[in-house]
Amino acid sequence: MNIIVCIKRVPDTADADIFIDKSGKDIEKSGLAFDLNEWDSYAIEEAIQLKEKLGGTVTVLSAGGEDSNESLRKCLAMGADDAFRLSDPAFAGGDGLATARVLAEAIRTRPFDLILAGTQAEDDGYGQVGVVMAEMLGVPHVSIVNRIEVQEKKIKAHRELEGGLEEVVEVDLPALLTIQTGINEPRYVSIMGIRKVAKKEIKAFGASDLNLKPEEVGLSGSDIQLEKVFLPLVGEGAEMLEGKPEEIALKVFDILRDKGGVA
Amino acid sequence: MKEIIVVAEHRQGELRDVTWEMLSKGRELSEGLGGELSVALMGKDVKNLAEALKPKANRVLLIEDNRLEFYNSETYEKVLTQLITERKPMLTMIGHTATGMDFAPSLAAHLKIPLATDLIGIDAKDETFALTRQIYGGKINASVSFLKKAPQYMATLRAGAFPVAEKGPLPGEIVSIPSPLTDEALARRFLEYVEAAAGEVDITQADILIAIGRGIKDAENIPMVKELADSLGGVLACSRPVVDKKWLPKSSQVGTSGKTVKPKIYVAIGISGAFQHVAGMKGAGTIIAVNKDPKAPIFGVAQYGIVADLFKIIPVIKDKVKELKKS
Repeated sequence: MNIIVCIKRVPDTADADIFIDKSGKDIEKSGLAFDLNEWDSYAIEEAIQLKEKLGGTVTVLSAGGEDSNESLRKCLAMGADDAFRLSDPAFAGGDGLATARVLAEAIRTRPFDLILAGTQAEDDGYGQVGVVMAEMLGVPHVSIVNRIEVQEKKIKAHRELEGGLEEVVEVDLPALLTIQTGINEPRYVSIMGIRKVAKKEIKAFGASDLNLKPEEVGLSGSDIQLEKVFLPLVGEGAEMLEGKPEEIALKVFDILRDKGGVA
Repeated sequence: MKEIIVVAEHRQGELRDVTWEMLSKGRELSEGLGGELSVALMGKDVKNLAEALKPKANRVLLIEDNRLEFYNSETYEKVLTQLITERKPMLTMIGHTATGMDFAPSLAAHLKIPLATDLIGIDAKDETFALTRQIYGGKINASVSFLKKAPQYMATLRAGAFPVAEKGPLPGEIVSIPSPLTDEALARRFLEYVEAAAGEVDITQADILIAIGRGIKDAENIPMVKELADSLGGVLACSRPVVDKKWLPKSSQVGTSGKTVKPKIYVAIGISGAFQHVAGMKGAGTIIAVNKDPKAPIFGVAQYGIVADLFKIIPVIKDKVKELKKS
């Protein structure tokens, strides 16, 4: 089975203290660590597990600058066979639609049985790129997948719905699936593992290589544009308990007792 | 006529809350624009749902077909392609849910209608719309606009982000529309629904929930919190990352894709308060949050907050509870 996985390198903001930058259109990224988008780490792991079971190849691609090589190499270290990158100054400012178009055109000329993408990205959170690519490539899709069973020329997939419910569907191959977190346990990549793939070539392709016109990519090929960013209102907010740990603990105990939490 | 179409979402015989939320927002927008609000309902034997929707829209566009018994991206896209092509609504609203996320992006791309996803705000402005969405996991809000003026737009709205306003009934005429579906084979087929496995304890029945999130960092740190839960007679729960890492079972997860809980007391430890988590616990009586990030959104929903390293404060709280319970 030949699998193509689309990935993205994103800033790790889950635990970070973040600030709006001078442009007012993004966050200050200089102090942030970057890593493979969490959803994509599950997608690449799933692809490699399928390859280990069924044979075939795993090709990984990313639309992004040279920095994205770091995440592509992580995927190679995890077990992907090949990686390439889609990069062009004209791609700047692209939304989910424009990004999907670049990825779809890069895939169009390659043979594949299955395309995997993360359900969404940690940064933009559009949750649309994978599903749009499927439409552009004319293949069926299943989104938010948390279990895969490969059968004869088709896949049985579980989709995660709300409230603990799952929807089981089957889909003919070739197909595109968007992967939900928790579907597997992404393997650990050691520094040694990264070193082993450090010299592997990662080719980059631009708009003209993909036969894309400037108006089809980047901001001009997008549906939406970002005007400005701002901090969310946090409502009334909590009463903050302050003091030494001992004092805070005493206040917590009092609250628990008042609210019926301590019998 | 300016028409806004809301695509009704229903599952297992019930309309989902996001449908009412979209209808409320849709009504506000259509009234402001001097247009009309329609709701598209696709399904098998769903006349009862159409009746329920009637007072919330100017018309219910009802498409019934045995092939629409279960949601399928392919059948939904076929029906909506015909509907939208014929009616040319200025705006089509779809839930940013497991269902809407599955068909809205491909439908919009197919019809070449501009789409904005996961909106938490949408208002009419200069013949187009001013949009708000969240980025970086809800830590930052973004004002967004459609790039070009277009005759038609499409938007997916985040479930739970739009309040339902109480307003008088609308005329709600039911218009039956013939289904364009045929017996043509589908590349994707619905098989069944399955429930996630039930856990040893039902967290929805607990009076006290002690919940952990990404901040717990490692499975070996969980017993410390479990001890606190035990000494309070409470039950351990968690947010999504803890289940993704297989540290606690799915049945312990609070949030959109897990359980909705309403305990007397909810203690959120190392949980940032992503929207999907808050949706499952905001109904708790008293919420106490412990997080090292003072900007964590969880402090917006909690009544009491502690900005601290959980590994330093939780052992002290645990000992204090044990000590004072004895006395």
